[in-house]
Amino acid sequence: MIKYTRRAATGLISAAVATFTLVPTTASALDNASAKKLVDALVGEINRVIASGKSEQAMFNDFKRIFAKYGDTSYIAAYAMGNDGRRASNAQKKKFSAEFQTYISRKYGSRFREFIGGRLQVESVRPVKSWFEVKTTAFLRGESPFTVTFLVSNRTGRDKFFNMFIEGINLLLTERTEIGAMIDRRGGNIDQMIADLRNAK
Amino acid sequence: MEKVFKTNPYRARRISLIMLVPLCLFLAACATPETARISGDVFDPYEENNRQTHELNRALDTALVRPVGVGYTKIIPDDLEDSIGNFSANLGVPGTVVNNLLQGDVEGAFINTMRFVFNTTLGFGGLFDVAADFQINEVKADFGQTLYVWGVPEGAYIELPILGPSTERAAVGRAVDLFTNPLSYVLPSPDKYIGTAAGVASKVGDRGRYAETVDSVLYNSADSYSQARGIYLQNRRFELGDGDAAEEINPFDLNTEGF
Repeated sequence: MIKYTRRAATGLISAAVATFTLVPTTASALDNASAKKLVDALVGEINRVIASGKSEQAMFNDFKRIFAKYGDTSYIAAYAMGNDGRRASNAQKKKFSAEFQTYISRKYGSRFREFIGGRLQVESVRPVKSWFEVKTTAFLRGESPFTVTFLVSNRTGRDKFFNMFIEGINLLLTERTEIGAMIDRRGGNIDQMIADLRNAK
Repeated sequence: MEKVFKTNPYRARRISLIMLVPLCLFLAACATPETARISGDVFDPYEENNRQTHELNRALDTALVRPVGVGYTKIIPDDLEDSIGNFSANLGVPGTVVNNLLQGDVEGAFINTMRFVFNTTLGFGGLFDVAADFQINEVKADFGQTLYVWGVPEGAYIELPILGPSTERAAVGRAVDLFTNPLSYVLPSPDKYIGTAAGVASKVGDRGRYAETVDSVLYNSADSYSQARGIYLQNRRFELGDGDAAEEINPFDLNTEGF
């Protein structure tokens, strides 16, 4: 027992030392507080849109603006395109990125609309490697509360969320699957995929 | 959809008893990939069969489950719908407690027992989730999760007829869970059927209430099979606490030039 306790204590101390020595290098740009601040602001805006009772289209436009403001949109678009991104031209990438933002706002905006009467509440934040995980709880009528998680990084030089999990379901992976399947269905035709993204739900 | 299977509990039980032995042998023998996996990884050696089942399930949804679910949500007032859901969920709690205990989670068992007591008494037989008002939220558990805690590997992905996405481990768990609820041994037959009916109604109601979300996966995605598979596996692993998905994708790793 003593051996394990001592090992645990050593581990704790070295972890503490590592934290204190490492934190100053990263904390200046992004830390627990600023990651939480970003998600607080993001969740506040989403809650306001949900509660506004606007028309579907007006809500989608709001979500698109929120996504562009708080999201690392170029990373999310690049991840969704996956390996196909390597053979895409810059013009295709640019067009895809723009269409993808509209698509994602419409798609996830529709999901958030089902939150009407519900709300998101920020719970906790923790560092993960060089980024941060912010956990929120979604409260919906007649449902057990569930977890919506945002991952935040300062990759772009500004704090942005680059991934979202709803009950563990990963936005990046889900969209990479979707975009990959769309490209496959079109015989590898990226332009056709981009054109059809406009009508995709 | 588990409850659909339970409409005739005696028959279902006999069938699962017979199924259980081979299923356990199957589980012990089932292949698993050797490399460490991340939350998005998929082990799907039966994909061809699974895709056939998926088409069957989709046809069943189009013809029956979706229209009934949407109609149900439209006709039944929200409050009543919530109560039916609460009632059936409450009846399932004793089975959850059994699994909490099998996993050595005494705290979870205690919390769920408190929920059951509160909701059965103050909540009028479980019609109202008063425990939630006291911030006593369910600590979910099922036998598939118990197997995970015991160290049984996930096995291959399988899509079950009617019941939908599953894994080999989760499927065995569902079969065993037909026996784990003590209430099913205590309640007389007619009351038991009320619970079963409420369970089916609540599942069907969910199909209607979240119609758009379910539709977006089943009918609007480019490949609904792989989308349903990915969503199920990620969600299931999240519920089990298996792996840390937040660590797996490094935003600094990808070239985003041009996007």
